[in-house]
Amino acid sequence: MFPILQIGPLALRLPGLFLLLGVWLGTSLIDREAPRHKVSGAALNNLVLYGLIAGIVGARVAYALRYLQIYAQDPLSFFSLNPSTLAPNEGILIALIVILVLGQRQHLPLWPSLDALTPSLAPFAILVGVAHLSNGDAFGAPTSVPWAIELWGAQRHPTQIYEILLAGLAFLGVWRLRRMPAFPGFLFLAWLAMAAGSRLFLEAFRGDSIIAFGSLRAAQPASLAVLAGALVGLHLRARGALAPGSTVDQAEKAV
Amino acid sequence: MERVARPGRQLRDAGSILGWISDPRRWLAFTTLVLLAGVGWTLRSSVPAGATTGGLTSSPRVGFTAPDFTLELLGGGQVSLSELRGQAVVVNLWASWCPPCRAEMPALQRVYEANRARGLEILAVNTTFQDTQAGAAAFVREFGLTFPIPLDRTGEVSRSYLLRALPTTFFIDRGGVIRKVVLGGPMSETTIQTTLEEVLRED
Repeated sequence: MFPILQIGPLALRLPGLFLLLGVWLGTSLIDREAPRHKVSGAALNNLVLYGLIAGIVGARVAYALRYLQIYAQDPLSFFSLNPSTLAPNEGILIALIVILVLGQRQHLPLWPSLDALTPSLAPFAILVGVAHLSNGDAFGAPTSVPWAIELWGAQRHPTQIYEILLAGLAFLGVWRLRRMPAFPGFLFLAWLAMAAGSRLFLEAFRGDSIIAFGSLRAAQPASLAVLAGALVGLHLRARGALAPGSTVDQAEKAV
Repeated sequence: MERVARPGRQLRDAGSILGWISDPRRWLAFTTLVLLAGVGWTLRSSVPAGATTGGLTSSPRVGFTAPDFTLELLGGGQVSLSELRGQAVVVNLWASWCPPCRAEMPALQRVYEANRARGLEILAVNTTFQDTQAGAAAFVREFGLTFPIPLDRTGEVSRSYLLRALPTTFFIDRGGVIRKVVLGGPMSETTIQTTLEEVLRED
């Protein structure tokens, strides 16, 4: 694991760099993909930017609120660059809320916007895997398989590599499906189903699962619920698209 | 290029996918099959609670038992991390020539004084293999540090803690499990204190 790259006096945190690379790769695809879904690329780029800012600021606000007394004594620490004083889950939630509210205010259509963002989400997921690999997060359970890697005091499943491979497959799937004229929401829901299925499969090899309901790995029932939602969503939206008068219906008749 | 040149095939593909997804019987069968396989996989991969995280394995990572060490102290005597079970311990790896270490050490001292009564111990391990004992002693005098300063003369502890950046700080709970790792610095007093709250809270 190489969490830090030392270049002379510079110590670069690799996981953060990989995540930034993922955001850059992802957003560079937005301008290309947005017109296909008749959405403004600039508006989507702004949305992602505002979401990122809201997420980071929100994560710090949530952390400071948790320790309000300590922060009250030294308010300037609120601006500390230390990433360990962030509340990540709250940050993600705040980012999603801000993206939803801003998207609605700018009258961005939900499903076409999600479709336009999907080719960006897929490579980002690969880079999340690379970030996990570089700092040893999301590690595997101890195993004796020949391809086990030595990590955190044991021979473990290289779950980070499985994660990269599965995210890569999902990306290839998205790349192949993205030009197919289907109904709004098709690309996003298809990727969501693939991502949830990957997590459901992968979680079995993880060594850091949170256990819930007695002996279940919490991420698996959650992934199952998302997978079921995506599959049902695909069906409902496909039926909606085939209803008389819809654009896809007309396209099919043309064929 | 090929697909762009043959839009007819594209639409037929789309039509077949659309038809497939919108056919209630076929899609219900597919969905049921996928979800049943998922439920089966979930049940097959269930494990008893406590079987997944690091637990008793020792490794310099959150959720694992902190690797034990015994080191000589600056000023005489020695200390073992395992002797401090029952106390929250901060292990800070530093060197006297490292600017962020200099910047954060006064904050560590203040936090130490404020929380000692709550069961806090700080082991500020000097990476003596890349520093000098005289340099470490002068540093300790300069900042008036009162917590123990173990000397890592061979670099063994730095290696077992996979030291990649100076300073690196490990927050260890009363059971000897690492709860937070902060790579680099300097940490502000607020950062140290808020991180400590999470460790001290767990009795």
